[in-house]
Amino acid sequence: MKLGVSQNPYSRKINILNGMRDGIPICLGYIAVSFTFGIMARNTGLSVFQAVLISATNLTSAGQFAALGIIGASSSYVEMAFTQLIINLRYCLMSCALSQKFDERTKFYHRFFVAYGVTDEIFAVTVGRPGKLRPAYSYGMIFVSAFGWTLGTFLGIVSGSILPERIISALSVALYGMFIAIIIPPAKKDKVIRGIVIISMLLSLAFGYIPVIKEISSGFKIIILTVLIAGVAAALFPVKDDVSEEQEEGGAL
Amino acid sequence: MDHNIYIYVLVMAGVTYLIRLIPLTLIRKEIKNTFIKSFLYYVPYVTLAVMTFPAILHGTGSIISAAAGFITALILAYLGQSLIVVSVLSCVAVFLVELIVIPFA
Repeated sequence: MKLGVSQNPYSRKINILNGMRDGIPICLGYIAVSFTFGIMARNTGLSVFQAVLISATNLTSAGQFAALGIIGASSSYVEMAFTQLIINLRYCLMSCALSQKFDERTKFYHRFFVAYGVTDEIFAVTVGRPGKLRPAYSYGMIFVSAFGWTLGTFLGIVSGSILPERIISALSVALYGMFIAIIIPPAKKDKVIRGIVIISMLLSLAFGYIPVIKEISSGFKIIILTVLIAGVAAALFPVKDDVSEEQEEGGAL
Repeated sequence: MDHNIYIYVLVMAGVTYLIRLIPLTLIRKEIKNTFIKSFLYYVPYVTLAVMTFPAILHGTGSIISAAAGFITALILAYLGQSLIVVSVLSCVAVFLVELIVIPFA
């Protein structure tokens, strides 16, 4: 352990491959979602190159869909910037959490590349893995995921009918299935996490029904509930240091 | 469109990247404060649970197939199956149920 597994070239290769393997569900889910984005981009009047460029440089779902509305309405650049800031502000929280997964020995420049791939899904898998963040693993996953995201966009804008509707419908649960696979095993073991998961889902459901509150965008809903629930949980059930240390020892790969 | 599409892309990509990058570059040390540590530890569970439910019920062709996918994922995850297995089999569950629920789609 002390030697640092990442210095071994074979382990770096294994990390990349593991990242690519774990990125497959993300890739499948992304194809389904970005396919729809591609179709909508065509309806907005974008060229194939422009749509693929947006997906490759942004790698975010809600933000891109909102951007189509702004481009279509020919709104100002300031409005574009502000909308992206609001919708994607949740990534800021995720990056804060991710910063704690970095080993202090990991070279600083890796943070610039890992930042590109902070999406709901990649973040979820990365932070859910035991041990410190391994850049090679992240790169494998980011590559496969970004590939799926741009490929889906391309397919969607080139032809709206390559993938049958049934397949698109089935693939739309791929990402959620993955989220569930990440949160359920820890929830099974730890009753605080179990409570947090259940309360989060119930409040998320309630948000859709309460007048006024139901008008809040999904990006803000995520931020409000995360700050509220994680904040209360942190105050009531502070995590003991040795718990996380133990987890870090657990995962070498 | 009187605005340049490439400036739009530059603005959106720039803002989105900076939101992701700034915390990663500013927070370089391990946070020692127990409250903040605990808060960040709980963040992913809340975020993922909030994003998953009830959104999972509205993505597919029918709420019944979506529920089938949701339950399949819950059971398989509880049994400790891997990400890819849970993910793919919940898609399969949706697909199979839709063959019955929406026969002529």
